[in-house]
Amino acid sequence: MSEPVIKVENVSILFNLNKEKVDNLKEYVIKVLKRKIHFTEFWALNDVSFTVNKGERLGVLGFNGAGKSTLLKTVAGVLKPTKGSVEVQGVIAPMIELGAGFDSNYTGKENIYLYGATMGYSKKYIEERYDEIVAFSELEKFMDVPIKNYSSGMRARLGFSIATAVEPEVLILDEVLSVGDARFRAKSEKKIVDMFDKGITVLFVSHNTDQVRRICNKAIIIDKGKVIANGDVNEVCDIYDKLVSEGKK
Amino acid sequence: MLQKIKNSNFVQDFLKYRYLLSEIIRRNIKVQYRDSVLGIFWTFLQPLLSTLVLVAVFSNIFHNRTEYYPIYVLCGRLLYDFYSQATKRGMRSITTAAGVIKKVYVPKYIYPLGNTLSCFVTFLISLLVLVAFMIYFIIFKGMSLTPYVLLAIVPVLILYILSFGVGMILATMSVFFKDIEYLYEVFCMLLFYMTPVFYSVETLNISNSFIKMGLMANPLYSIVNLFRFCIIGTGTWNWGWFFYSFGFAIVTVIIGGLLFRAKEDKFILHI
Repeated sequence: MSEPVIKVENVSILFNLNKEKVDNLKEYVIKVLKRKIHFTEFWALNDVSFTVNKGERLGVLGFNGAGKSTLLKTVAGVLKPTKGSVEVQGVIAPMIELGAGFDSNYTGKENIYLYGATMGYSKKYIEERYDEIVAFSELEKFMDVPIKNYSSGMRARLGFSIATAVEPEVLILDEVLSVGDARFRAKSEKKIVDMFDKGITVLFVSHNTDQVRRICNKAIIIDKGKVIANGDVNEVCDIYDKLVSEGKK
Repeated sequence: MLQKIKNSNFVQDFLKYRYLLSEIIRRNIKVQYRDSVLGIFWTFLQPLLSTLVLVAVFSNIFHNRTEYYPIYVLCGRLLYDFYSQATKRGMRSITTAAGVIKKVYVPKYIYPLGNTLSCFVTFLISLLVLVAFMIYFIIFKGMSLTPYVLLAIVPVLILYILSFGVGMILATMSVFFKDIEYLYEVFCMLLFYMTPVFYSVETLNISNSFIKMGLMANPLYSIVNLFRFCIIGTGTWNWGWFFYSFGFAIVTVIIGGLLFRAKEDKFILHI
């Protein structure tokens, strides 16, 4: 039961913050000649370690700019740690921003295949789940319409339906439980809870301690790139609520 | 079994994401032609019109010295167009896929590879114009095919390897420096005049040997001439051209691959 699925060991991530962002060759050459390139080092994550076992649901709490999204991106494999290592077992379904892989000139149907391909699935696998995805998104009538004519809610519904149609071992949620109207939101929360019952491992980012208490059974708090609390969800949420109220004073 | 994201395996990645590669190729081709009234016909019209103009303007100057001048120009034009389109698409492949790269883990080389390959497919379709021209010249102008026509695929493949290599170098550079795009646009225009598309270096009577060597050092010179030899069939198969352009393409692809691999983890911080 206590088999580690996500193992984050001493992860640090360094960003070079440049005061003036130089993104063209002309300026770069001029600044190098004038010796005006200065970088400020910024550790977005600093020696972060934790493990999540199979079936555990870890809430990640923290203020804006604390490094939560950086952490999720590192676990999803988008960002590589400057130091330390990240190990993840099994298929990851990152739901960091729904619909990130859509092509707006493509129709809904074509986008299902494209999005699935972006997530690394084969054509056959997507074909098998195509009907299920369309049914869940309730967009049957719009499958031959280019995505650029979709509303943002329709896009998010389609994105959610594709991302959850697979059976991932690890689900990364970045405040995406606010998709579409109230009815669809209830439906999507139910789908995610169903996935919990199948023993999925979850990494959930939120500011909302109520939501975290409802969904997770463990939590960590990240502040200024460091883990400052790690443990049972209620204890950690109490600490976070206290931090928030102290901040208000 | 713990899968380390840190040392993701090249072959495993390729097998897992090969469907993405084919989707990218298909999407590029579809989207390119979907909104155009002329559709896929545009692929033929573009080289055809530019060839007509070049032939109309330059045939009096070069016609007497070059056999089958319209075919000569068309060969050069098609290959040059492929090179410039493939490298430009390759250059923009990472910046246009920024939305995906920032959110999901995807092996990044898929993008320059897919974008140059989709240009390659369009190029192969546009070769039908050349086939039509060849049929006309064989029937009415007495041009004859040689068995070398089967070897025409060799310079074409060399050109693809070169374009992919250049595409990876440009893709990496354009992530860090946005103005590379404009600089390359200028470079491509110069390259058009430095490539024997509508003239031939041999018949220009260039007295300065440095200029002549410079023109011949352009790998497109060897590739275009090898291709023309296969299509028109006059002259001999020049091994010098073959080894030079093939070597150039391989070295470029190795440099491009190493540069891309060294910098790909930093892409996300700049796009």
